[in-house]
Amino acid sequence: MKIIVNSKPFDVRSHTLSDILTEVGFDSPAIATAVNGQFVPKKSRAETPINSGDQIEIVAPMQGG
Amino acid sequence: MRIYETDIATPLLLGTAQYPSPKVLQNAIKAAGCEIVTVSLRRETAQGTGAGFWDVIRQTGAKILPNTAGCHTAREAITTAQMARDIFETDWIKLEVIGHADNLQPDVFELVHAARVLSADGFKVFPYMTDDLVVGEKLIEAGCKVLMPWGAPIGSGQGLRNPDALRAMRAHFPDIPLIVDAGIGRPSDAAAAMEIGMDAVLLNTAVAKAGDPVQMARAMAMAVRAGRTGYQAGPMERRDVAVPSTPVLGLAELV
Repeated sequence: MKIIVNSKPFDVRSHTLSDILTEVGFDSPAIATAVNGQFVPKKSRAETPINSGDQIEIVAPMQGG
Repeated sequence: MRIYETDIATPLLLGTAQYPSPKVLQNAIKAAGCEIVTVSLRRETAQGTGAGFWDVIRQTGAKILPNTAGCHTAREAITTAQMARDIFETDWIKLEVIGHADNLQPDVFELVHAARVLSADGFKVFPYMTDDLVVGEKLIEAGCKVLMPWGAPIGSGQGLRNPDALRAMRAHFPDIPLIVDAGIGRPSDAAAAMEIGMDAVLLNTAVAKAGDPVQMARAMAMAVRAGRTGYQAGPMERRDVAVPSTPVLGLAELV
C-alpha cells in the first residue's frame, strides 16, 4: 500500500506503525512519531494500524535554540 | 534559581544550534558551566542523524529543554511537545508558538492556549513570550511557573529593546522566575538583563556565531554572574548632575 513518510511516497507491505518503521529503515531509538498529525507514543506503535494514504511524520533530536 | 523544583546554579541557558562543530558546542557548554540546553525536533533522515546529535548532548550532562521552535499554532506546538516528551523523557518544554514571520514574535493567544493544554497534561512549560504583563498573568493562570520574555527578536543580537517592560515584569511577578529568552548579543546585554532582576538568560546565536564561541560562552557566564550580584547588591540611583566623589571639605586653597 502507498503511504507518505516525511513527505516522501513509500510502497510498503507492513500494516502497523512499528513494522512500517522497520520496513522503511527508521530503526533509531531516538525518534518520535505522528500519524496524520496525531501523536503516536512509542509504546502504542505496535498496535497502531496504518492505512493506505496515511501520512507518517518521524522526528528526531536536532540542534535548537 | 529554582525552576520547577530544580535548583540551577548557573543562570545561563544555551541553545545548541549554529555552532561550528559538535566539539565546539560541547566545549562552550562546559566553559559556561551551563546546566540546561535547548534542543529541537526535526524530521529524521534514514541515516539516523538524530541519535548522533543526542549522544553529543548527553555527553555534556546538561539537562535537556526541548523546544517547539517553528510551530505556528497551538495544535502543532502541543503535538511537538508530546513527541519531545516521548523522545527525551522529560516533561520540560520550551513553548514557542511563532506569530509573525518577520520578527518571530510569539502568537500569545495560541501560546496561552497551548500552555493551558500542556500544563493540564503534566508538562512543565517554559513559555517564550513578549514582555507583556497581561500575557504573563494568563500564562501563570494556565499553569506556567516560569516566564521567558524576549529581550529582542530571535537571532537579532540587539540586546534589551525594552528594559522598562522587563523591570515592570520583575515588579509585577516578584516570585516567578523570569528568563530573558532571545535577542542577547553581547555579554553586556546579558549582564544588563540580570542587573534589572531577571533570574536567568537564554541565548544561542550570541555564543554560536561569536568568533570564538567557547570564549564567548565563558564571557556570558561571567556576565550573568556579575549582573546577578550587582542586582543583589542594589545599584545606586541615577543622578542628572555630577556630584564629586572626592570630599570637598578640606580642599587646599591654592589660588
